[in-house]
Amino acid sequence: MEANIYKPYLMRIAAITEEAPSVRTFRLEFVDPKEGEAFTFTTGQFGLYSAFGEGESTFCIASSPTRKGYIECTFRETGRVTSSLADKDVGDVVGFRGPYGNVFPLDKWKGKSLIFVAGGIALPPLRSVIWNCLDLRDWFKDITVVYGARSVADLVYKKELEDWSKRTDMKLVVTVDPGGEKPGWTGKVGFVPHIVEQIAPPAANTVAIVCGPPIMIKLTLPVLAKLGFGKSEIYTTLENRMKCGLGKCGRCNTGRSYVCKDGPVYTLAELEKLPAEY
Amino acid sequence: MSDRYTITESALVSLLAALAASGRRVLGPKVVADRIDIAPITSLADLAKDSQSVVSAKNVVFPKVERLLKYRFEGKNVALEDTEPQAQPTVLFGIRPCEARAFHALDVVFNWDYKDKFFNARLANTTVVAISCTKADDSCFCTSLGSRPDDTQGSDILLSPLKAGGFLAQVLTDKGKALLALAKDAFQPLTGNADVVPPATVAPAFDAKALQQKLATKFDSPLWTEQSLRCLGCGACAFVCPTCVCFDIQDEADTRQGQRLRAWDSCGMRMFTLHASGHNPRDKQSQRWRQRIYHKFAYYPDRFQTLGCVGCGKCSRACPVDMNLKQHLAEAAE
Repeated sequence: MEANIYKPYLMRIAAITEEAPSVRTFRLEFVDPKEGEAFTFTTGQFGLYSAFGEGESTFCIASSPTRKGYIECTFRETGRVTSSLADKDVGDVVGFRGPYGNVFPLDKWKGKSLIFVAGGIALPPLRSVIWNCLDLRDWFKDITVVYGARSVADLVYKKELEDWSKRTDMKLVVTVDPGGEKPGWTGKVGFVPHIVEQIAPPAANTVAIVCGPPIMIKLTLPVLAKLGFGKSEIYTTLENRMKCGLGKCGRCNTGRSYVCKDGPVYTLAELEKLPAEY
Repeated sequence: MSDRYTITESALVSLLAALAASGRRVLGPKVVADRIDIAPITSLADLAKDSQSVVSAKNVVFPKVERLLKYRFEGKNVALEDTEPQAQPTVLFGIRPCEARAFHALDVVFNWDYKDKFFNARLANTTVVAISCTKADDSCFCTSLGSRPDDTQGSDILLSPLKAGGFLAQVLTDKGKALLALAKDAFQPLTGNADVVPPATVAPAFDAKALQQKLATKFDSPLWTEQSLRCLGCGACAFVCPTCVCFDIQDEADTRQGQRLRAWDSCGMRMFTLHASGHNPRDKQSQRWRQRIYHKFAYYPDRFQTLGCVGCGKCSRACPVDMNLKQHLAEAAE
């Protein structure tokens, strides 16, 4: 019998972390352990998560493939599916289809320095690759993470940010938008593109991985260009709306590219060949 | 070369009876409530002649709404129930050659990487007996896309009316041969030439290759805004189209059980690409119109080596504001 490509894995919520207002992380374990043992993915890939009865939503896999036995996703309560997911408790069952899409090319990055630039709810897709790179720490030279959110409360992965800030083998710069700080805030205050300009990471032998709201990306790219980053050394991951994840439903199609198949990971050089429909 | 036969009108009637007796569903263009629909055909009189159906026969292989899976809620657990496609053996009888060709454009998307078993089961169970067009209208443009009103591509059997009555039957595939075997006596092997009614004249309105080349340079042209100013974004074009493949997936459930459904959708709708954040990559109707044209005439050839259009003209006939695809493509190809 041919497989049903739309059939999800059943996943049990093993843990829920409240990250920020309306933002949660689920740790999901396979209901059928055999499926879990056979499951593999590569950092950069995504999936479709279902709240049965409401539908499916597309999120990245926010955990690192180096951490076996579970996957994690982080989402903001926004629409019908994410509201239903937000109502779920530990022990409840949700669906997952994936992994889909292309990957961050860690092999190509070997021996280079990495700078990750993320804004707001866009840290989750980078968290997978950041952890993956930290777990393979000797593959890379310097690792820098610049992360910004509107306010201190909006920062996601607060516990991990604290852990990362204590590590000596990476540099973490956290910033909040002006007015978003609170008493005792020791991080930066300012918009992400300005902070990147301030810390001015050297472009030589360095790859930049950028993910955030469109306006952040738009303003960060010229800064990176000024610092000397080449268009093939800047990566991002797109989040076009999807229904199937399988290159059929047509929603994510932009230019000749299907974001679910050819993406979600693109270099700036690749993006510039597509119409700006993302 | 195909096997060529002649078949009389009375023999066609016995063929229809044999098809029904074999358990096959026979569907074709038929007038239902004042419009031509794809509906059960039991006699030749049922068949709408010389006109196209309003909607295409796509529904047979890719239903408007289709269940992908079922589930039951059991306390904290969910029990999944896989769904097998309900692929009833079906003969599409009397559809137009353009529609027969359209199945290929669906096939390439449903099978270019992941295989869609729902589509495949239905396509495998569908046999196409098309009839050459002897009449065409202003919306038709198959010849602009390298096809013609008596094109055999995509048909299992192609019938062409004979001047003396009856039809020339070209049996083109194994599926066609299987139908022939059901009613052998109906088909008389053709000796010599068949005197067929001349196919309809469809004057080419543009050159498909030239169109593709022009599209490569016209993405930012004001043409798309000019053409789509009157577009309502209603999606009628996509819903009658034999090649439009875009779909939505939605759940329907009560407190005990539910199902996941796939339903036709259209790139012309604003919601199609709307992000959860409120950002919409194709926020304007002109961008969505351009996507419709580029998807079919630029991205399809690039990715799948085929056009996402067969020139049937159904979209133009269905458009409530008279947007005519043939004319718009001719403008784009200039």
